[in-house]
Amino acid sequence: MLLAKIVGTVVATRKDPRLVSNKLLVARPVDPRGKAEGNYLVAVDTVDAGVGETVLIVSGSSARMASGMKDCPVDAAIIGIIDTVDLNE
Amino acid sequence: MQIARVIGDVVATRKDDSLTGITLLVVQPLAADRQPVGRPLVAVDAVGAGVGEHVFFVRGKEASFPFYPVEPPVDAGIVGIIDHWDVG
Repeated sequence: MLLAKIVGTVVATRKDPRLVSNKLLVARPVDPRGKAEGNYLVAVDTVDAGVGETVLIVSGSSARMASGMKDCPVDAAIIGIIDTVDLNE
Repeated sequence: MQIARVIGDVVATRKDDSLTGITLLVVQPLAADRQPVGRPLVAVDAVGAGVGEHVFFVRGKEASFPFYPVEPPVDAGIVGIIDHWDVG
């Protein structure tokens, strides 16, 4: 899973019917220290996350196993809101 | 599977219901010379691994299999703790 910071929202009127009533957010992956890295991605939100929060994102077919996402055409889902990351290297 | 070192842990109170009770760890993939290679990522722990240990982890939907019949939405999971490893 990726750590990412929520940086924005997406509104799409015309979309796959199975995406209706799902919230889409723009996320920027971050490393465990909080430094942004890599490209922005659109993820479906299953935990009521908001802009500015650090979240856990699951990618690929596993995203469909997130709550309420069965058979939905998604490959990135927000499945947790991060409280803390403790690093001990 | 890939070899990695556990370098930290993640706390998330608000999360998918099926993740309750599952440990989230930060793993850093390693090259054959045991140096970090690539980005660290978050993996679920199916074997009781701890920070500092060398482990191997699986990517993709298979990461959820150790928790069967629950199917948590995870794409990386630690499935073994390495006692020792040698690369010829």
